[in-house]
Amino acid sequence: MTTIYRAKRILTMNPARPQATHVAVRDGRILGAGSLDELKGWGDYTLDERFAGRILMPGLVEGHSHTMEGTFWRYAYVGYFDRTDPDGRVWPGVGSIDAVVERLKEAGAKLADAEAPIAGWSLDPIYFGGRRCTRHDLDRVSTTRAIGVLHASAHILNVNSRALELAGLLRRGVDHPGVPLGEDGLPTGELKGPEAMMPAGPHVGFDRDILACDELGLRYFARLCVRKGVTTAADLASLLPPDAVDMMQRVTGEADFPVRVVSLRRMLNLAPKDLIARAKELAEASSDRLRLGIVKIVVDGSIQGFSARLSWPGYFNGAPNGLWYVTPEELRAALALALEHGVQIHTHTNGDEATELVLDCMEEALARHPARDHRFTIQHGQLATAAQFRRMKALGMCVNLFPNHHFYWGDQHYSTTVGPERAERMNACATALANGVPLAIHSDAPVTPLGPLFTAWCAVNRLTASGRTLGSEERIGVGDALRTITLGAAYTLKLDQEIGSIECGKRADFAVLEDDPAEIGPGRLKDVRVWGTVQGGRVFPAPPAP
Amino acid sequence: MTGPLPVTVVGGYLGAGKTTLVNHLLRNAQGLRIAILVNDFGALAIDADLIEARSEDLISIAGGCICCSFGSDLMGALMKLAQRDPAPDHVLIETSGVAMPDVVARSAALIPAYAIDSVVVLADAETVRARAADRYMGDTITRQLDAADLVVLNRTDLVAAAELEALRRWMAREAPRARLIEAVRAEVPAEAMFGYSHPAVGSGTLASGAIRPAEDAAARYESASFLPDRPMDVEALARALARPECGLVRAKGVLCDADGLLKTLHLAGARFEVRPFPHAGAAATGIACIGLRGRFNRAAIEDALARAAAAAR
Ligand SMILES: [Zn+2]
Repeated sequence: MTTIYRAKRILTMNPARPQATHVAVRDGRILGAGSLDELKGWGDYTLDERFAGRILMPGLVEGHSHTMEGTFWRYAYVGYFDRTDPDGRVWPGVGSIDAVVERLKEAGAKLADAEAPIAGWSLDPIYFGGRRCTRHDLDRVSTTRAIGVLHASAHILNVNSRALELAGLLRRGVDHPGVPLGEDGLPTGELKGPEAMMPAGPHVGFDRDILACDELGLRYFARLCVRKGVTTAADLASLLPPDAVDMMQRVTGEADFPVRVVSLRRMLNLAPKDLIARAKELAEASSDRLRLGIVKIVVDGSIQGFSARLSWPGYFNGAPNGLWYVTPEELRAALALALEHGVQIHTHTNGDEATELVLDCMEEALARHPARDHRFTIQHGQLATAAQFRRMKALGMCVNLFPNHHFYWGDQHYSTTVGPERAERMNACATALANGVPLAIHSDAPVTPLGPLFTAWCAVNRLTASGRTLGSEERIGVGDALRTITLGAAYTLKLDQEIGSIECGKRADFAVLEDDPAEIGPGRLKDVRVWGTVQGGRVFPAPPAP
Repeated sequence: MTGPLPVTVVGGYLGAGKTTLVNHLLRNAQGLRIAILVNDFGALAIDADLIEARSEDLISIAGGCICCSFGSDLMGALMKLAQRDPAPDHVLIETSGVAMPDVVARSAALIPAYAIDSVVVLADAETVRARAADRYMGDTITRQLDAADLVVLNRTDLVAAAELEALRRWMAREAPRARLIEAVRAEVPAEAMFGYSHPAVGSGTLASGAIRPAEDAAARYESASFLPDRPMDVEALARALARPECGLVRAKGVLCDADGLLKTLHLAGARFEVRPFPHAGAAATGIACIGLRGRFNRAAIEDALARAAAAAR
């Protein structure tokens, strides 16, 4: 059974045939893109006109997100910027601590149980003029309920007095770098880092492993993907225990599940040899809509949290250098074993010193186990230098940069974390492309909102929230940006033979758009309206907001 | 209600001898029920002959010790461990090569069921200086050493005497707070690691001469018990005993404070803690001290005791 879709315009990402008006689909795959006359040759068909006034692109590929974005939407959104939930409702950003308190009160009013906790997420006090949120602020919401609000970074939790009390932390003598104390000698309510957050997390409704998604979260995540034109999303990363794999297998396998999820296994709690063995086992368990077998190694922390490892001269504000999360020995061993066994590795590095370490270890690993087309990928690589991009190219590595950072924290990077010059070269997309490094760009949702077209807008314009253009030389063109959020990301996941362009033989994955991203103008790329998606030949309209 | 469970964190870079140390301690636990938390069993191999039973994340060891793997969730594992019946006498957390052991210890102490006993960092005498000069890991190694209460300088048999002397000076610069223990094959007596040789001390009933170094350690360590019969300023005593001239690695005791109440004193290198005695009723008072042979200074300890008693008057 063949369906031919007519569209206003199809941007194929196939350089031999960049545009078309029709695409023929059979068994969830593409027979071809071209004119109706050309496609008629495939035999009997049904002509589907529903996209006649719309633009088709290859289904967008999010190369670095976390499915927990879906999980977070059951909590109250208290971010500074407007954000769309999985149902399409736009939650206005909150601009002050008072507004945060109001939003949490509204959430509490909906709860029947007077002691039920309230959880919020995406707090960003950086926009509240330097004023930190304290337990006293949240006590205004309730003193009987435990309340916890996770920061946008997901690395800090603000709680109220009741939550501190339940966690056993409302006492004098607490001595921990992640638990600041007030003048009264009691914790202020800010809990920084997973260890400090842990004793309070369960009491405010955050599960033990905040980073993992559950079944409901996965379904919410999928609905967001449809709204953003995403048909394949990488989930970086969880521990993928057998029961989580079973759940993901079952949910993604449902007939109406709209996304292909590529879930990476994080190198944590396994020695390199066990890790690589587990990755091979996971690869065997892959299905069409759940791809497993890639490994993620976290090498350092984050720049805004001052836990990224920076090369000399370090942080602009003089903060001490960040933390390593893996030893060079383990990194080297894992890379070499992975090359030997054909397992792909993605490494999280933010600071340039961490990127340098990965490049050094990769060079040694490749000397021991020469491998072609390994596509090991630097994730984030935000501070990578031009010289490092040249080394990535020489070593056959890919990079997945994080241009959304410019918009959300670019002003802080300029003034505080890395200073003007390095802020301008952060996420150097143009340098990556000029050096021929295969490039993807990402949102790291829920750290910033899922939405490849927004990410493309960030890479094309490099505007900060205050309107500064952060490094105009590193802007890339719309064409490059669109290619990067489709084929580019697919390449880093070794899926470019299946997805990323609209051409004969590939999966019938399309982003269905109301506006033409190639025509709307670089400054409005983020405003392109998404109608929905087609995934594996199945049509998923994004339902209108309630 | 007994006091919080003491936690010792053992840090140090790869190859410093953490696995050897853990096996040594398990073999010489002397009746202490030690719970050892490790990142993963793959990275820390328990000697097969010590293992009584094992499941995916728990190994039972002859003599009542256990070993648990905590994976990515140390805090969860600690909370679970606190519920165990019977509770262990002492918890030992083995950290990864890049972790900051003092931060791990302070994290454990966020849970009310635990109190920090000490932060112990192992260093390989042969390689520690090269590691500390490493382009990537150097500052991590020195930060770890700087955070230690006790530094176990391991494999001292593999370096020449002159080199060892230079290493001691270097260590005094890098880890000025820490007491240095030198060891071969990570053979640190349980008394030095945990501060007592018998569980009765942990529960507060101090027998005279409670710290008695095991035979093999006698050559390296010296110890003594003191049984003062007067009240004393326990906080001041602890501060004095923590000074390098006393040469103490460990001290533990129950003493009568200036206010007439019983207090426990606990010292590991430069770290000390004074807490209210957790049991009702009277108890024998006394303090047991252990230090390295040659540095253990009985006169300085006696002086500290006399001054603390004078301060209470
Ligand atoms: Zn991420």
